[in-house]
Amino acid sequence: MVEPDYLKFDTLSLHAGQEPDPTTGSRGVPIYQTTSYSFVDTEQAAGLFNLEQPGHIYSRISNPTVAVLEERLAALEGGVGAVCTASGMAAFHLACATIMSAGNHVVASRNIYGGSHNMLNLTMPRFGITTTFVDPRDHDAWRSAITPETRVLFAETLGNPGIEVLDVPAVAEIAHEHGLPLMLDATFTTPYLMKPIELGADIVMHSVTKFLGGHGIALGGVVVDGGRFDWAASDKFPTLSEPYDGYHGISFVEEYGHQALSMRARAEGLRDFGAAMSPANAFHLLQGVETLPLRMKRHVENTTTVIEFLEANDAVPWVSHPSVSSHPDHELSKELLPKGAGAILSFGVTGGREAGRRFIENVQLASHVANVGDAKTLVIHPASTTHQQLSAEDLTAAGVSEDLIRLSVGLEDPEDIIADLARALRASQKG
Amino acid sequence: MEVKLQEVTVNLATGGVKVDKSQPPVLLVHGAGMDRTVWSQQTRYLAHHGFAPMAVDLPGHGRSEGELLSTISEMADWVADLIHELDTGPVRLVGHSMGSLISLEVAARHTDAVERLILMGAAAAMPVHPELLGAAQRNEILAPQLMTAWAHGARAHVAGNPTPGLWMRSGCQALLERAADGVIHNDLAACNSYDAGDIAGRITCPVTVIVGSEDKMTPPKATAQLVAGFQEVDLRHLEGVGHMMMIEAPDRIREMMLSALR
Repeated sequence: MVEPDYLKFDTLSLHAGQEPDPTTGSRGVPIYQTTSYSFVDTEQAAGLFNLEQPGHIYSRISNPTVAVLEERLAALEGGVGAVCTASGMAAFHLACATIMSAGNHVVASRNIYGGSHNMLNLTMPRFGITTTFVDPRDHDAWRSAITPETRVLFAETLGNPGIEVLDVPAVAEIAHEHGLPLMLDATFTTPYLMKPIELGADIVMHSVTKFLGGHGIALGGVVVDGGRFDWAASDKFPTLSEPYDGYHGISFVEEYGHQALSMRARAEGLRDFGAAMSPANAFHLLQGVETLPLRMKRHVENTTTVIEFLEANDAVPWVSHPSVSSHPDHELSKELLPKGAGAILSFGVTGGREAGRRFIENVQLASHVANVGDAKTLVIHPASTTHQQLSAEDLTAAGVSEDLIRLSVGLEDPEDIIADLARALRASQKG
Repeated sequence: MEVKLQEVTVNLATGGVKVDKSQPPVLLVHGAGMDRTVWSQQTRYLAHHGFAPMAVDLPGHGRSEGELLSTISEMADWVADLIHELDTGPVRLVGHSMGSLISLEVAARHTDAVERLILMGAAAAMPVHPELLGAAQRNEILAPQLMTAWAHGARAHVAGNPTPGLWMRSGCQALLERAADGVIHNDLAACNSYDAGDIAGRITCPVTVIVGSEDKMTPPKATAQLVAGFQEVDLRHLEGVGHMMMIEAPDRIREMMLSALR
């Protein structure tokens, strides 16, 4: 049987989007640290500004270093295009602003990153876009929350903080039954563990800062356009299907079809909102993406080892991760995430809030930070830090128990990670 | 732009501007399973450089309504009817792949409808790999994947899209995946059963043929057999480019089209 001779994932991680620099032969991706680009003549300049021909005008809109990262991430996700942004939150805003206007509505999973929740719940309503939050496992809730004004369904591939696995094909089907796109934040999985577009998602976004970069030294975000959604099938998406005065009446669907979202997000979104990624950050993030397959494999292996240790520890009453058989999404995880369910987990410490605080204060190798997805192991106790103002009842409502520790398993030798956790767990029980 | 042909809606991309009938009309015809957007890197440029481009969605493709046409001959008659309906006079006809076969037929059998012909990814016969044809008949994703894999040169499988952020391989595959069930098979079967015979010798208008050195679907040797039949032809070569030349090398194609159209 013949098969498409596509370059494989590991190869694309290293090569997609880049050719050796034609002038210098530079094999590494050069940092084009420039704001602007010399025009050949006035005709070429006019053509670039009028979308008659592609090219770079100003680094807020596009930059050659950033373009390599964009093409590479689109390749890894199987998207038709990608637009990089200053941060993951900027990517989320760019996607929302490209397809929605005042009066529109979002149906979102309630188990999402706090920053995304704040944007949908507190900030977007000021601009006339409202959101209904639903239990991501409740398919009827997704359906019943959809209104005539709904324009997108939004969730995370792995939720927060319970690491809920989204049933992507099922929720995509619900979205498509209603003529709506499914947008997913795939930061926790990366395209190495899951390719949401192949499962039915239409827009994928990432905080590239996390596992894709892996080093924790550069902020970045990306919106990946799946290219399969028909924006012109209804009148719900006029920003893509109707003439746009910003480029003399162009209709992005009419001219660019399946790449309409990518083109509009850049031509309008980066031009007007300006949350562009810096070329230096793109360079740093590219170094991370080059080793993504190797790192994610090790992240998953270390996570498995750490979970085995935690499950056997007397000071740990529970461990929550989709690879654990008691997790509600264990079977779904095996189906959708055959390479592993990521490197973020939560577990309880016997002794509640105070024991959790002592655990955090006694880790030495793990870093106590409000971040995930670093090459280094990261740990946080929400009840004594990010959620310290909440009562026990409020914590429960937020899905955060008093004894919950969130762990982002890094790439250190697993014996060292376990030794650190064992020491801190022993200390946590000496109250 | 939408027009009605035999009471059926036909969609054409015009580069985002209203068609100026005082400018030379250019009708662009896409290949199997595709639509008007394969010309997105050329239409807007032509519209601002003295032409009236119209990239058509064939019946049942893209945003055009209508039943699929099952032979190249039927498609050519439909295009000839469309040219008449557009009422622009003879057009400069540009065809890619299956669109090149259609364009050949139109130019040979409707000589008053075509002023000039530009063919890309063209050959006198386009036999289709039986496994591709089978996958298309079963509406399997393997068909878009194989077409995408074979339709791009080596460079396009890695990088090189001059439009920042766009990834060519998935762009092509997604476009093909969006085709309704049966469309790809219909088109591939039409190509598979077509034989141009001595049609090239009957073309009387000026002809430009553009060939990509890495074209696996209509290899340079196959294009050469077609080219040999023309009385006179302007043959252009693109090094390092595959079958999807309008997307793989949009800048060079724009230059070639502009000089050939003028």
